[in-house]
Amino acid sequence: MSATTLDYPERTVVTHGSTLLTHTWYLTGRKLHALVRMPWVLAFNVIQPAIWLFLFGTLFQKVIDIPGFAYGGSYLAYLVPGIVAMNAMSGNMWAGMSMIEEIERGTLNRFLVSPASRIAIMNATVVEQAVTTTIQTLIIVILGYAGGARYPGSIPGIILLIVAAVLVGVLWGALSNMTGMLLRSREAIIAVYTFFMLPLMFLSSAFMKPDFLPGWMQAIAARNPLNWEVQIGRSVLSASPDWAAVALRCGGLLAVAAVCVAISVTTFRSYAKNV
Amino acid sequence: MHSIEAHRLVKTYKSHGKKARVTALDGLDLMVPGGTIFALLGPNGAGKTTTVNILTTLARPDEGTARVEGIDVLAAPGRAREVIGVVAQRSGADPTATGRENLILQGHLYGLDTKTARRRADELLEHFQLTDAARRFVRTYSGGMRRRLDVALGLMHHPKVLFLDEPTTGLDPESRTAMWQEIGMLAAVNNMTVLLTTHYLEEADRLAHRLAIVDRGRVVAEGEPEQLKGELRGDVIGVELPANSDERHVADALRTIPAIRDVLVAGRSVSARSDDGAAAVPQVLAALAAAGTPATSVTVARPSLDEVYLRYTGRRYGQNQEEESTATRRPQLTEVTG
Repeated sequence: MSATTLDYPERTVVTHGSTLLTHTWYLTGRKLHALVRMPWVLAFNVIQPAIWLFLFGTLFQKVIDIPGFAYGGSYLAYLVPGIVAMNAMSGNMWAGMSMIEEIERGTLNRFLVSPASRIAIMNATVVEQAVTTTIQTLIIVILGYAGGARYPGSIPGIILLIVAAVLVGVLWGALSNMTGMLLRSREAIIAVYTFFMLPLMFLSSAFMKPDFLPGWMQAIAARNPLNWEVQIGRSVLSASPDWAAVALRCGGLLAVAAVCVAISVTTFRSYAKNV
Repeated sequence: MHSIEAHRLVKTYKSHGKKARVTALDGLDLMVPGGTIFALLGPNGAGKTTTVNILTTLARPDEGTARVEGIDVLAAPGRAREVIGVVAQRSGADPTATGRENLILQGHLYGLDTKTARRRADELLEHFQLTDAARRFVRTYSGGMRRRLDVALGLMHHPKVLFLDEPTTGLDPESRTAMWQEIGMLAAVNNMTVLLTTHYLEEADRLAHRLAIVDRGRVVAEGEPEQLKGELRGDVIGVELPANSDERHVADALRTIPAIRDVLVAGRSVSARSDDGAAAVPQVLAALAAAGTPATSVTVARPSLDEVYLRYTGRRYGQNQEEESTATRRPQLTEVTG
């Protein structure tokens, strides 16, 4: 290579700080750097929910006239938390795709043979998902506002809506990463997506008031984390949120998301068995 | 002390669509002295990459033990990771970041502070002639540049042991020669132990102080290249036959010549050894004429690693590689070679 001999003097002293935090910081930095360089990817991801927002908003406009529906007279306002939930779920369910790409490139292996903290590797994808979900949620909220939806819950409500969306995003992102790492197949991720996406959307109050759902659907919706998020969002954006219910559902989402991330970290172990 | 020690490594994989597990390693033993370049030589599917994966803490074996610089890689993988550098077959560099960014992140993961990481990155970029491309995205790099960056990534933290998995596969001859020089220097200047896998005989012959021939998950021969070649006393006589000829018939005919021994059939060629190859050639030609089978060529050569390989595996190097690799590769992962 070069004519000059590279002189390797003393071995560099490897310092150990709070490894988990510093590794999370640097690995997240890598992801966000890539994101900033391809903002159109982010924009593209938000186009679909935006279309759904206005398509459903227009298509089901008359729903608002059903006696007992009310909701401030705007179906679009009713729909915003539902579309936010849908975006958080669908966007993050593709996380496993980039995981597969990192495996195929050898990037994941490079990190795994380095002293990089395993949890930090996962954290980096979680933080990246949180950032993209936040930006996309804000875009949907703004588009809804432009379309005439109003949010009596104002800023605190919107912040909580984002928190709930991030939790749902992290949950599905972790599941998707797990699928990607264990099955290493893009088809499997697409299958998981199509299997869960629409059923979970429609088995929720995203489009229709829960009281109007048949009994069995209500029973499923009550256990559907996606629906928890829709209900949190709708409550915090309203004039008088039911804080007890919001706290309960947020806690539920947090617990499920934490479990999913923990499981996805353990998949590194199973990955090692099959490398 | 040995820098790398592996004892009776066994590793099997689930094979898709088959009930039986595929055996990648079948009791592999390895001893690599410190400060030397050691080559694992073998065709695709022989178990080279699996061995590297285990030694670099990426994969866990079903059985066996392994130590790197005295550290048990199974019991203390975290400590082992700090002393090893790994250049895998697939470039681990992030194509959406610049070469310099890749190096600095690597430094951070190994605990270097930002200032040290930057200085070290610039040092390595200059050394590997990547300074001009330092701030370009890696996806714009040529194959040779990418490979150089891969090696630089493996060297960021001054490892004591460097693993190179097929470092020159896919490189043009010029880049390959440059890489050979670089690897040779690493061991000489830095007293670094280098374990490299290769399926190029020439590479192992030129670079390695010692080498092990890996076949079907085991080490079938181990030693210095010259020593391995020396074990095959005498010259090698190679006979290439035209299509549709009866190799076994020819081999039998050659076996009747007293000056010739170790007659082996490999595909359409027959090889044999003789203490004085040149003197034996007329007898070989006579035997072929008597057998009624003309040869397309008859050659005499000093033994090469190719002959060493043939002797220990019963197959000529490079022959049947395709079939072997497809038979033992797992379908899901695209590159489970070695």
